[in-house]
Amino acid sequence: MAAAPDAWKPRNKALAWIEDRLPIFGFMRAHTAEYYAPKNFNFMYYFGSLAMLVLVNQIVTGIFLTMNFNPSAAGAFASVEYIMRDVEWGWLIRYMHTTGASLFFVVVYLHMFRALMYGSYKQPRELLWVIGMLIYLALMAEAFMGYVLPWGQMSFWGAKVIISLFGAVPVIGNRLVEWIMGDFLPADATLNRFFALHVIALPLVLLLLVVLHLGALHTSGSNNPDGIEIKQHKGPDGKPLDGIPFHPYYTVKDLVGVGFFLLIAAFIIFYQPTFFGLFLEKDNFVPANPLVTPAAIHPVWYFTPFYAMLRSIPSKGLGVLTLFAAVAVLFFLPWIDRGRVKSMRYRGSGYKIAIAVFALTFIWLGKIGIGESTWIGDTYIARALTVVYFAFFVFLWAYTYFGWEKTKPVPERVTMHE
Amino acid sequence: MPHPAGPQGIDEVDHGRRRFLTATTAVVGGAGVVAAALPFIQSWEPSARALAAGAPVTIDISKIEAGQMVRFAWRSLPIFVVNRTSKQLADLPGLDPRLRDPHSQETSQQPPYCQNTWRSIKPEWLVMIGICTHLGCVPDYYGQIRPEPFDAHWKGGFFCPCHKSRYDLAGRVFQGVPAPLNMVIPPYHYIDDTHVRIGVNPKGAA
Repeated sequence: MAAAPDAWKPRNKALAWIEDRLPIFGFMRAHTAEYYAPKNFNFMYYFGSLAMLVLVNQIVTGIFLTMNFNPSAAGAFASVEYIMRDVEWGWLIRYMHTTGASLFFVVVYLHMFRALMYGSYKQPRELLWVIGMLIYLALMAEAFMGYVLPWGQMSFWGAKVIISLFGAVPVIGNRLVEWIMGDFLPADATLNRFFALHVIALPLVLLLLVVLHLGALHTSGSNNPDGIEIKQHKGPDGKPLDGIPFHPYYTVKDLVGVGFFLLIAAFIIFYQPTFFGLFLEKDNFVPANPLVTPAAIHPVWYFTPFYAMLRSIPSKGLGVLTLFAAVAVLFFLPWIDRGRVKSMRYRGSGYKIAIAVFALTFIWLGKIGIGESTWIGDTYIARALTVVYFAFFVFLWAYTYFGWEKTKPVPERVTMHE
Repeated sequence: MPHPAGPQGIDEVDHGRRRFLTATTAVVGGAGVVAAALPFIQSWEPSARALAAGAPVTIDISKIEAGQMVRFAWRSLPIFVVNRTSKQLADLPGLDPRLRDPHSQETSQQPPYCQNTWRSIKPEWLVMIGICTHLGCVPDYYGQIRPEPFDAHWKGGFFCPCHKSRYDLAGRVFQGVPAPLNMVIPPYHYIDDTHVRIGVNPKGAA
């Protein structure tokens, strides 16, 4: 974290005075203009910077929402209506926040799939992947608690179901559930503590994790669509031959992505803010009622793949275990996949088929999880898909451990398609 | 004089003593952190106000028609009261082979005076906490004896919209669903023929 090795200093005297006492400008330079990223980034490399953009959006709109939100069971629903109807531009700020939440998961899922495509979780970036998974966990907790705050029907019953998951813990389960809720059902105490966690605790955790994620990224350097290490070929100046400075090259490239992304976000915010009931569910426009569960209850779309697994398993303990295992297994991906070749461009066709099947399984599970829950056939399909989900990891291990994978030769230098 | 290895010219650092002091400091400090964390953890327990809110309630069942279910609230929990018809009651014993706990042997799920075929004090009147034992949703009442999309041989009962758990008209859980246990029967007794006190056992019962 010291200043750049060539003792770079700002030319402006005032800035140089600061730099002598706190090398902040050198630090920024080292991580932008002096950070060399592979020159062959493609479309899939937009989503990391977009995730940071959405994080900033969530923090800014979130701060302004807290100014009018009332975190109590009696007042929460009405205060959200108040924000929507009476607060100047309140509707825009709230829709930016709700749309941002869903788009956060869109970009994070694409960001994670990018890692699968190009082996970005592999040595030496295992820790980068693990920190990324921790961000995903924190983000799930943050999104869940945020969804509870408006205290609509889905807020209440979502809270009830998710908290009850902890009731499956042996012996202490029921006490644990009461402890989390602070009552015998989701109530004022629950809403208040979720508000505190949602606006203070988890954002701090998320920001810290993002800093660690970037620190780990800038230590090992960015992966690229060819999955080769650009640091292995350096020029006489010590800079990677296949690298270009992040700033201005990738800041400008990312700005183009930001432009398109904001265009899509604006379209949703202004024309389809509920996104056909996916981003904001219709039952959440009804105030919470502890005595009636809505007929079609399901979490927001980004949780439904895991929810479908839970729902299809005819055992409480096993269902909850499967749900947690489905997330936990992702942490171990760098050690499950023993293949040496990183990018799918040079990996065996088995790998390409496997990640395609895996992605489709995840989407199909999500579709079942969000659907009406009365048709019994969905249960059997969801069970089969749950098996496929876990089979992916078993296959990936066996495929690489036993050397069944037929890889192609990996080029020495990155390839460009010009 | 050689380079002093420790402060104030002490040549030798006693590593054993240093390790011991570091470890004891860490243990004492750790105990302090744990002790300081307890109030914060316990502040999440249900408050005295939440505990006090659980007083018994009296409900009037005189207006409930045969075959009808009415919901009441006790401790903010939904209380299902079903006036079961003789046809509905007659089908209950026949379901035994399809249930997880047909004879209500899990004693935590009902008071001893309701550990019978009907899981109730009076056979026709079911009084039950309408909360699915899976993840706490409120099941819907499907009282009619007719094929349903989720069960072709439906004899009436409860269907949970969250995760498709099914219960019969005594709140007994079916096999092959996520819910592990029968729904809970609260303590209750009859004040007279039309009034039920929820939250208090009958006189003489434990």
